[in-house]
Amino acid sequence: MEHVVIIGNGISGITAARHIRKQSDCKITVISGETDHFFSRTALMYVYMGHMKFEHTKPYEDWFWEKNRIELKRAWVKTVDFEEKKLYFRLPNDDNDKEAKIGGSISYDKLILALGSTPNKFGWKGQNLKGVQGLYSYQDLESLQEMTPQIKKAVIVGGGLIGVELAEMLHSREIDVTFLVRESSFWNTVMPPEESALISRHIAENHINLQFSSELDEIIGDENGQVKAIRTKSGDEIECQFVGLTVGVSPNIALLKVPQGNMIGREKPAFVLGVGGIKLNRGILVNEYLETNIPDVYAIGDCAEHETPQKDRKNIEQIWYTGRIMGETVARTICGKPTKYQPGIFFNSAKFFDIEYQTYGQVPAELPSDTKTFYWEHSSGKICVRINYQANSAELPLRRTDPKAVMGVNTFGIRMRHEVWDEWITSGKSIEYVLENLPTANFDPEFFKQYEKEILEKYNAETGSSLILKSKKGIFSKLPFVNRHS
Amino acid sequence: MLQKLGLFIFLAAFGLFIGTLGMNNYKLTNEILEKNFKEDALLDAKIELASMIDQNYSNSYTFASELSEGINQLNKVYNAQQAWDKKIYEDTILSIVKASANGYLTDNKGLMFLLTFGLAIIGALLFILPEIQKPAGIKNDGIYFNPAMTRKWLGISIGTFLIVFYIALYFKPQYIANWTMLVDPVSKLINGGEASRWFMYGFLYTISVLVMGIRYIIRYRHSKYQIFRTLSIMFFQTCIAFILPEIMSNLNLPSADLKNMWPLDYSFFFNYRIDKLIAGGTFGIFLLIWGIVLFVVGVPVMVYFFGKRWYCSWVCGCGGLAETLGDPFRQLSDKSLKAWKIERYLIHGVLAFAIIMTIGVLYTYFTGSYNLLGFIPTESLKSSYGFLIGSIFSGVVGTGFYPLMGNRVWCRFGCPLAAYLGIIQRFKSKFRITTNGGQCISCGNCSTHCEMGIDVRAYAQKGQDIVRSSCVGCGVCSAVCPRGVLNLENAETGTRVMIAPDVLLGNLMEK
Repeated sequence: MEHVVIIGNGISGITAARHIRKQSDCKITVISGETDHFFSRTALMYVYMGHMKFEHTKPYEDWFWEKNRIELKRAWVKTVDFEEKKLYFRLPNDDNDKEAKIGGSISYDKLILALGSTPNKFGWKGQNLKGVQGLYSYQDLESLQEMTPQIKKAVIVGGGLIGVELAEMLHSREIDVTFLVRESSFWNTVMPPEESALISRHIAENHINLQFSSELDEIIGDENGQVKAIRTKSGDEIECQFVGLTVGVSPNIALLKVPQGNMIGREKPAFVLGVGGIKLNRGILVNEYLETNIPDVYAIGDCAEHETPQKDRKNIEQIWYTGRIMGETVARTICGKPTKYQPGIFFNSAKFFDIEYQTYGQVPAELPSDTKTFYWEHSSGKICVRINYQANSAELPLRRTDPKAVMGVNTFGIRMRHEVWDEWITSGKSIEYVLENLPTANFDPEFFKQYEKEILEKYNAETGSSLILKSKKGIFSKLPFVNRHS
Repeated sequence: MLQKLGLFIFLAAFGLFIGTLGMNNYKLTNEILEKNFKEDALLDAKIELASMIDQNYSNSYTFASELSEGINQLNKVYNAQQAWDKKIYEDTILSIVKASANGYLTDNKGLMFLLTFGLAIIGALLFILPEIQKPAGIKNDGIYFNPAMTRKWLGISIGTFLIVFYIALYFKPQYIANWTMLVDPVSKLINGGEASRWFMYGFLYTISVLVMGIRYIIRYRHSKYQIFRTLSIMFFQTCIAFILPEIMSNLNLPSADLKNMWPLDYSFFFNYRIDKLIAGGTFGIFLLIWGIVLFVVGVPVMVYFFGKRWYCSWVCGCGGLAETLGDPFRQLSDKSLKAWKIERYLIHGVLAFAIIMTIGVLYTYFTGSYNLLGFIPTESLKSSYGFLIGSIFSGVVGTGFYPLMGNRVWCRFGCPLAAYLGIIQRFKSKFRITTNGGQCISCGNCSTHCEMGIDVRAYAQKGQDIVRSSCVGCGVCSAVCPRGVLNLENAETGTRVMIAPDVLLGNLMEK
């Protein structure tokens, strides 16, 4: 019986395991050193804030794995022998000893690398002091929980999604948080200025001390190797007992790396060869079938780097659902039906304290020249909608056939239907059509105030149009394109 | 600061409330016995209780237990004589205790009412209202660090108090006679008479729903669905369940809680209630027909359009208490597959029990025979249902177990009406909880905070609509979802996604 071994029990690895089991009878082993069972990484923050217990983050009950004949092994992989098709485990507690003896091994026929990410550290002085960490793994949560009683003031470095989550977490435990953001406004490398300003206001409203255009210079420790302050590049010193490093994550591929020679004076190569000759760049390089350059070895999720990414997709995608889709896809390939990784229209979502955010399609921070934008913001300053659409000019390289076809949407404080926006963007509906039918996309609970009329009026006023609302909320069942069967 | 003061005032008032049980002196007199016993039993009572007559008791517990002992002796004799009509029940004992009481509490009912109920309400509101200063949104911080909400010492203490309270209320009301006395002023105001134990319970229940309803509204004030729903249950409990029946009886009409219905109202078809309604003239007949139409026509029609939530989380009194007083405990419901299996056996078992019991009762009513099909004793069916389901399950377990098994123990495992509503919701209804494409991140907030123990995430993460007979449509899964994945909706019955799609939205690979 063929043996599929998966390293990593996150969303990618577990989705792969589940879908392989659905399609095949082969032996499946999932290896993780982090936890015994699959849990939702995105929910660690809720455990810290007391919204739930760790056991609630497990999407499947513990009996599920045995029932579905998915073997779980709790171990850290030390190295892989791709020739022999064998994995070697690290002995317990030999984290720092690269030469330590091997703690057992396991053979595979097919190997899926779902190694996830690791928080970035950019070589700051003091970055390894006690009280300095990222927030990614279960172990990160544990160490944060352990330190919490000693933390009065904390500094968070890096203005992204994990940063704002960490700020919310620390704030829930009544810790003073200073948030150092390199840019001039929160997350403005991803968000257009208005949205960035909206989030910044809301973060400040929650008593987080946001410091823009502020960069970490060094982290200062006390005599016990515990962080006591940080210094910014402008020379300010901020006292703190905790530093959260949330400046992004990188593929967790240390186990596949081999020591590199001196690279000075050479151009950066497109890839390097890791253990056993596996092609690596920032992540593990894979083709569109999620295959690495080594036969029977695949890489999925955060650790995979796509050699030829799909249109509108990055080469490394660190999103929950892309990991899931890669897992679904690789399972097909492994079960004898080679399938390309084909994520559809981009989407994502997040929650900044109390404000929910969803996005569908492309809404870059800087408006491309072939794109126009329409932005509406509620007077409360907490709700907004931005719709980007194709500029109405035949000379520009039109990506879609319709003039004024919608390209993407950002929505804050109004929930919208994924399937409706997916369809609108895929079929290139015009901005006018979309605005007139916007209530169709509304996914807010019953009785919530609706803003579609206000939004439409703003568009009419700006463009001199006289559009009128043509649909109502909650009639998705009547939409011709939504094919639902019972 | 204000909140700490509120908590202090509440605890002081609660302490005094417990303390009132030890207040008053008690003296049984012949007049009291004459008032409370029928002539044929009076002499027996005077002989049996002779040692108590005109004795001063400084302690209600000693008095009540000696009295109960004496009356137990009497009942034993009557049992032996098969003189069922002479038997003395707990309401009589309760009113003897009340009549025998004298002392500070008896003389200062109004003041004591204000110092207990009044201060408790003020304290609770002082504790609750300042929460409005926080920004609106989901505020679940610290739930799992709170000893009341996590089956720790405080939760177990609250549960124990509630269990003891319900046992006393149902079976030994003579020990909580002083509590009924506290609400006498309210009872006098509303219906002119002294408070029965059920008036006391109804008052306490309504206050709990109102005060904790305010807490709930503040807590979920970012959601209009939650605000409207909570106002609805507060209205139905206060006006329809508590005040309206009192007005009806003031007008000498047969009184009824117009929103309660069979089989939750399991005694609806009991002979004494049918007789009373028929004797009540046109209005009584109206109530009889209303009660039947409600469950024969009202339930299927309303559940078809809106799901069972129209009743369970918008109207029902049990649901009302669960959603308000019980809200802090909603996360304690068991989400396991095993619990779901037990739930289905239990709740449908209770429904079957209720149906058979009612058939038996009606059979006896119309035929006069006490044996259904010749061998099923209808009277013991009736009394065992009343004891096991009506008192123990719905009261003692149903509410007493809030801090141990979540706030919907009764609704989930026991309520026969919920079972009936649920069957229609599962098989013929427009209601479902829709999941939003591929947005779910499996975080588990929805499942954790589902009071009915539904593993909502299991559906959401595979893109399947949540169509479960137990879902009461409280809407909290949708409220706590950080990614806007869940929405309670009504649409054509055929559009409910009952089987998860092979591939979730967002993955373009071949289906």
